[in-house]
Amino acid sequence: MTKSKDKPRKQLLRGTEAVGEAAIRAGCRFYAGYPITPQNELPEYMSRRMGELRAEHPEENPVFIQSESELSAINMLLGASVTGARCMTSSSSPGISLKQEGISFMAGMELPAVVVNIMRGGPGLGNIAPSQSDYYQATRGGGHGDYRTIVLAPATVQEMADLTYEAFDLADKYRNPVLVVGDGMMGQMMEPVIFREDQPMRLVAKLPPKPWALRGAKGRPSRFFRSLILPPHEMEEHNWRLYRKLQKIERKEPRAELVSVDDADFVVVAFGTAARIARSAVKRCRDKGLKVGLIRPITLWPYPSQVIRETADRGVQAFLSFEMNMGQMVDDVRLAVEGRAPVHFFGRPGGVVPTPVELAGVIRRIYNNPAKTM
Amino acid sequence: MLIKTLFAGAGGQGVLSMGYCLAYAAMQEDLHVTYMPAYGAEVRGGTANCTVVVSDEDIASPIASSPDNIVILNNPSLVRFTNFGRPGGSYLINSSLVNGKLKRSDVTSLYMPASELAEKSGSLRNANMMLLGAFIAMSGVVTMDTMQAAIADIFAKKNKKVIDINQQAVQSGYDWAAAELGKGRAAKKKTAKKPAPKARAAAGR
Repeated sequence: MTKSKDKPRKQLLRGTEAVGEAAIRAGCRFYAGYPITPQNELPEYMSRRMGELRAEHPEENPVFIQSESELSAINMLLGASVTGARCMTSSSSPGISLKQEGISFMAGMELPAVVVNIMRGGPGLGNIAPSQSDYYQATRGGGHGDYRTIVLAPATVQEMADLTYEAFDLADKYRNPVLVVGDGMMGQMMEPVIFREDQPMRLVAKLPPKPWALRGAKGRPSRFFRSLILPPHEMEEHNWRLYRKLQKIERKEPRAELVSVDDADFVVVAFGTAARIARSAVKRCRDKGLKVGLIRPITLWPYPSQVIRETADRGVQAFLSFEMNMGQMVDDVRLAVEGRAPVHFFGRPGGVVPTPVELAGVIRRIYNNPAKTM
Repeated sequence: MLIKTLFAGAGGQGVLSMGYCLAYAAMQEDLHVTYMPAYGAEVRGGTANCTVVVSDEDIASPIASSPDNIVILNNPSLVRFTNFGRPGGSYLINSSLVNGKLKRSDVTSLYMPASELAEKSGSLRNANMMLLGAFIAMSGVVTMDTMQAAIADIFAKKNKKVIDINQQAVQSGYDWAAAELGKGRAAKKKTAKKPAPKARAAAGR
């Protein structure tokens, strides 16, 4: 907005506001969404900032739409994306379910988009408390068909900003929808945020060109974007191309943070809000002399299997997948460990946020009897 | 260091602003800080509350299960949060709007007729800032200098008068509490007593 916004300065921001500001800075010029708690501050922020941006840079043509439903929001994104615009929508669990058809279509048509899911308790309408109940949905594609979406899982408000900023580059790079997943706590909480110098406001004119985008066919043959490919051999070829792209993402993009894993003989795996609790619990255990470490997946897909497997190879006694659900990511930990060590699970569903003391108790119990899985 | 503070009152009393000001000031002191408003099933005219956690290291959860400090602005909040604060912690209570006393003897409590004091000083709307000043005198989570600078920052887009009013309110609350705590300390020397287990049972724990 003003010049002072461009120089790095600490701001106290809500998680949803950090996502919104990062999106604007990353060049997002199309937002559509339908209200749902606990993410309403994000569309509110986007409505304000898109308006400000329009006043300042009318040539950027920023658009905010409160759509009539989640379905229309995601399909508006499809339309915006096909023209090359950086675009975003956001919702919370039940709304994200509604968007899955559109996400599947965009994955099929290889269209970039950023979708933010501030998860809540479920199934059904569930509640609005912090939960990680949509892990399966987020990491297995979500909609129908043979595809995956990149899934980023921030654990601080700073990371809500950083990963959202990056999500737009990843979406464009692979021409694939990218999910940013948080929960009511990540969305509502305020923490200090700094937008660094390498995260400047990016104007549309300076973004990398998208030669594939549909912006009028004058002087060239017409092009089509569609996910309906009836001849089996053509569909197969398309599936192979998507598969090779997803494989490349699996090779290049897995990311995780490791906390005191080097000498650990017990490793907790947790993401997002749960990872915050786990970090504190691990510290408590370390203070008591227990050699416990933490692996925090930052990308939920592609899953950081490699680093977990390497850790298992070094002779870790046991793993504990700690989640705010009834056990979803634990499958991926088991797939990564491949029987090298027992994999335990502890979770609190329904929007209950366990305390570090509670988790530290669980860790101590398993630490003393690592072979016995629950 | 890990200090968890809950601010609770009615919507419109400025409860969330108090929390925001404290969080902002803590950020300016380069401390780790989280601010978490209560959201969701809160109803209009019902209780509003927020939790601020300040630490010198990473903060696990912005939700406090047993806050060190609780600031109570109205009666329903006292009823709701009487048993919420940790033993040995502190309560700051707006006695203008709260009937009776906190039925606990295992916490420190300070009663401030904040609404009356604010009204006398010019505007009832300053009660929250006066309580915030008193809270700083009580807890020392941040310094007054930082808080005054934070207020100037937070209200920078409003006119100078708004900054002045808020800074004065925080200062007068601080001064009131500092004087009150001075009296309390003098009296405490004469009648020092430990919280009896019976008293804790009586408080309905």
